[in-house]
Amino acid sequence: MIILEKRPQASQFWSYGAPIVAVFVTMIFGAVLFAALGKPPIEALSKIFWEPLFGEFNFFYLPQLLIKGAPLVAIALGLSLGFKAGIWNIGAEGQYIIGALCGAAVGLALYPMEARWLVLPAMLIAGAFGGFAWAMIPGILRVKFNTNEILVSLMLVYVAEQLLAAMALGAMKNPEGMGFPGSRNLSQYSSASSWIDQGHGMHWGVVIALIAVIFAYILFTRHILGFQIKLAGQAPRAAAFSGVSPARLVLFCLGTSGALAGIAGLTEVSGPAGVVSIDFNVGYGFTAIIVAFLGRLHPVGILMAGALMALTYIGGDVAQSSLGLPKAAIQVFQGTLLFSLLGIDVLTNYRVRMKRGAVA
Amino acid sequence: MLRRTLLASAAAATLVGTSLGAQDVTKVGFVFVGPVGDGGWTYEHNQGRLAVEAEFGDAVETVFVESVPEGPDAERVMTQMALEGADLIFTTSFGYMDPTINVAAQFPDVMFEHATGYKQADNVSVYSARFYEGRAVQGHIAGQITESNVIGYIASFPIPEVIRGINSAYIHAKEVNPDVEFKIIWAYTWFDPAKEAEAANVLIEQGADVILQHTDSTAPQAAAQAAGNVYTFGQASDMAEFGPMPRVSSIIDDWAPYYIARTQAVMDGTWESTSTWDGIGPGMVGIGEISDAIPAEVKASAEDMISRLASGEYHAFTGPINKQDGSAWLAEGETAADYTDDGLAGMNFYVEGLTAEIPQ
Repeated sequence: MIILEKRPQASQFWSYGAPIVAVFVTMIFGAVLFAALGKPPIEALSKIFWEPLFGEFNFFYLPQLLIKGAPLVAIALGLSLGFKAGIWNIGAEGQYIIGALCGAAVGLALYPMEARWLVLPAMLIAGAFGGFAWAMIPGILRVKFNTNEILVSLMLVYVAEQLLAAMALGAMKNPEGMGFPGSRNLSQYSSASSWIDQGHGMHWGVVIALIAVIFAYILFTRHILGFQIKLAGQAPRAAAFSGVSPARLVLFCLGTSGALAGIAGLTEVSGPAGVVSIDFNVGYGFTAIIVAFLGRLHPVGILMAGALMALTYIGGDVAQSSLGLPKAAIQVFQGTLLFSLLGIDVLTNYRVRMKRGAVA
Repeated sequence: MLRRTLLASAAAATLVGTSLGAQDVTKVGFVFVGPVGDGGWTYEHNQGRLAVEAEFGDAVETVFVESVPEGPDAERVMTQMALEGADLIFTTSFGYMDPTINVAAQFPDVMFEHATGYKQADNVSVYSARFYEGRAVQGHIAGQITESNVIGYIASFPIPEVIRGINSAYIHAKEVNPDVEFKIIWAYTWFDPAKEAEAANVLIEQGADVILQHTDSTAPQAAAQAAGNVYTFGQASDMAEFGPMPRVSSIIDDWAPYYIARTQAVMDGTWESTSTWDGIGPGMVGIGEISDAIPAEVKASAEDMISRLASGEYHAFTGPINKQDGSAWLAEGETAADYTDDGLAGMNFYVEGLTAEIPQ
């Protein structure tokens, strides 16, 4: 009989090994799935993982990895702060939308001013503030009234989506758009565009995501606040005794993740997306939760996990168009990644033992 | 990675600059906004794709990607198709407009066809169908079969396409039944069976005994069937499996002739950038069989209207028609123009008599 035995200490080996094993398990599962759908399994996997990186058209796909990965990494980094401390911000999608709306509002209000040094920074600040303020709603409600931040932040996503629709159809509608919904194209307004080099997929969101990785790394390895966050997550009572203010921690973690999500939203709307449209958000805020866990809540891990997730999106589309794989199969494949990670994660804290004889 | 990107981009410049379509087989790509199994909008576009395959056999190769979000992802999917040698790409949702224009600019030798938009380029055509003609027929039938005088309308997004449909249905319902009242619910989705069913149930509770839908699933049909005494119309597909009650007729999108003609034009080298807006006459809009669940004289007058719309003898928007605020829109006998101010293409107002407001 197989039993699970709790380890006295979390296994260092499995803590790092689990994501890698999970990726392999996902590949095997994917191969079986694709074969069952009547598609060549090895070719399908190579379309997903190999083609974008080393294929004939990688000059196009590699920059796309930056575009797709940057918002995932930026948002996941912010979320990881809270997740480590046991503060669950599930509403990054909403903060992403509000950040985009606030930043875009500034950009559209200043249109057509020719002052990139002023317009883009003002938009960035407004975007960060928008995300921050939206995250403060669950933050303050939790601190003052002890509400559940999971529910409040999640519900605010739907509020944000309604606001987005209202803006795309109303206040922010392009006056030259013949009555169609959607704002002016911010990426074509040179003072507001977040692009640095479009051909190489470089925009300010990419730069800020990379800077955030470095800051998060320093925070966790060198700064007392990083220590307090980890302590609050692992031993809340010990944290309280050592003088960590839970309220301050909640506001810091939610605020920072909100601001990062807001910046991600703003750099997306003024770059790759271009316009405030009804369905501007495509789920980065939710996918980032997977990225945060896949990356072990570690800044460098998140960077790699974000790149991997972006790869499955881009490669998934390649497999769809070149092999006719249905979208649902790709989504099952992505979902398996998190599922197998969580499954294999058991090995970090538990040991598998074989035990002889049945126990009544 | 960065260096590889830079080197590869140089290759890209030359590759993109030269012709990609040197092969004998014509490759046609389709970008779909929903899943091909939605039974409505995307399903019918996919039927068009299959018709192209059936028509040309081995002379064409078709590829498609489904459920592509309307933003940067769409741009990536289109670029990917163009890189992989597509000669002609159909982008089948309004939100693909800017991405189509952007990608088309980078691939002058690839032809693009954008559905329901208004931006053209040398290698971008636009095409849409005059669905409002079908809506006129629906309104004409609905106004006569309703007993509660309340007609429910499940609308998707407040864009001109949808508003045109509401206006057209209302004008023709009112024409045959001055007491008729429209209740409109905005679902903010093209395809979401759960939301659509909920909307249908709310409308039924509010007394609607005819439900028109501008969303693609059969969920409202199922809800009406469960309620018993409620009539519906198929949307995008015939939805004949719900006939003869609740489904009494339908609007059917038939893209096949257009897709075949445009593919032929690319093969012959005669493709030109055009703007196509076809209705019942040329067959782009089909009216599904009117079932025997409605009185014979209603059926006869509806069929008369269909033939008058098809021949061009009657225009669905013929004055006198006032706007909702009471100001004059069309004078006696005047018909609505397509692309003027207050024209059909950018319609963003209700006609007189509708009590709801367009969400802003």
